[in-house]
Amino acid sequence: MKPDEVEDVEIRLLLEGVQRIYGYDFRDYADASIKRRLNHWLAESGFDTFSQAQSRLLRERSVFESLLRGITVNVTEMFRDPAFFRAVREQVVPFLKTYPFVKIWHAGCATGEEAYSMAILLNEEGMAGRYRMYATDINETVLQKASEGVMPITEMQRFTRNYQKAGGRASFADYYTARYDRAILSAALKKDIVFAPHNLAVDGEFGEMNLVLCRNVMIYFKPALKERCLRLFDSSLLAGGFLCLGLKESLERRKMGERYEELAAPLRIYRKRYG
Amino acid sequence: MAETLDANPRQDGTAPKTAARSFEAVTIGVSTGGVHALQKLLGQLPATFPLPILIVQHISADADSGLAKLLDERCPLRVKEADEQDEIRPGTVYLAPPNYHLLVEREGFLSLSADPYVSFARPSVDVLFESAAAVFGRGLIGIVLTGANFDGSQGLKTIKRKGGVAIVQDPADAEARQMPQAAIAATGVDYVVALDGMAALLQKLAARRNTIPHDEKGRDD
Repeated sequence: MKPDEVEDVEIRLLLEGVQRIYGYDFRDYADASIKRRLNHWLAESGFDTFSQAQSRLLRERSVFESLLRGITVNVTEMFRDPAFFRAVREQVVPFLKTYPFVKIWHAGCATGEEAYSMAILLNEEGMAGRYRMYATDINETVLQKASEGVMPITEMQRFTRNYQKAGGRASFADYYTARYDRAILSAALKKDIVFAPHNLAVDGEFGEMNLVLCRNVMIYFKPALKERCLRLFDSSLLAGGFLCLGLKESLERRKMGERYEELAAPLRIYRKRYG
Repeated sequence: MAETLDANPRQDGTAPKTAARSFEAVTIGVSTGGVHALQKLLGQLPATFPLPILIVQHISADADSGLAKLLDERCPLRVKEADEQDEIRPGTVYLAPPNYHLLVEREGFLSLSADPYVSFARPSVDVLFESAAAVFGRGLIGIVLTGANFDGSQGLKTIKRKGGVAIVQDPADAEARQMPQAAIAATGVDYVVALDGMAALLQKLAARRNTIPHDEKGRDD
């Protein structure tokens, strides 16, 4: 038996145990990435093997929480893929503006960078107070961080560059206050965002959305769970609503793809057809 | 004879010395000087080359897919930027997209990740090599080419540990020698060759898939 096979068995048992005890189901996450993240967690946990970790993991919630943080944190940045945000501003917002009020679901928002980016964009386009954004994530620790809206000041240079490339109309520095090594985002960006826990593997849809944003989250899932997510997004979206995926995620080869037209070709912005 | 041995690996996880090897995939890691090096190497491989080739070329996060198109035009093999859930097909070259790590799934699919930089890079050679080694084991050929950093050396070490074959571009032949040198320092490398001889070596190794010349038996390890 190869050493890897032993570890693969250990991981499968561990995820099975986690599902039964804590209700978090990671069995449909793609193996290669979750294995990397689990190994990273293991190296920092002080346990030698997953079998050794399992006993405490299944008995002590705090050990499980550290594992959960280790395997569910998605890194992101403000205005990641500036061309995408520019396309939202130029090609999606004009449609959104025709509604008196719009609802947005941002699934897998992690620490909130993209949610705040979207808020900046919508506010600049005159939509402040005319939308509600539900920003959800499986991991409540990152949601807490997201709702605080505090970021390392060292990131601001990169975020500012992204903001400008994304067609920002103001000065990015207007959106935060620098305090020591941190940047505190302005309260005006937070008032239309609701941060809430949601688990794409088990929880249900959000009704009547005009826009669903889920970027670089499903790349970590196995095909069956990806399908589940896409169905969830499809049933959450109104006709004429928009679905925004990561740059390497596509509706090509998907059955529900027929019901969507691609708006900005390489940027994975889709619009749900009427009827 | 060879098949019998292959079907009964030793319990300690090492491969029997006399077993024939059947390669399943090639992984390549390259950085500075990579566009030129890849054109040269892939340009010398015929369209009939039987193994899939997975490549991480360090590239800036906002680059477009131009490199895959360029290589596809200039090389006999089909070259494409990897999409998530791409099925790994023989005789096809997959290039990691900018700003994503490229990984291999056990079911023979590719996957992508937006996880933090590894070895200061995304895509990272180490990430590709380690995930490919876990899936292909001794059926993997890992190649480190020119580059001005250390990415790939840990991954190549893992490939060797899991029984694969390690090839490194001769540092004297490389546009930037740090990456090949780091790889050679990190692990016992099987072949150190100039770019010019590499395509021929790969074809020789790949040809062992079906026919194992008698005099080559046992030389793999």
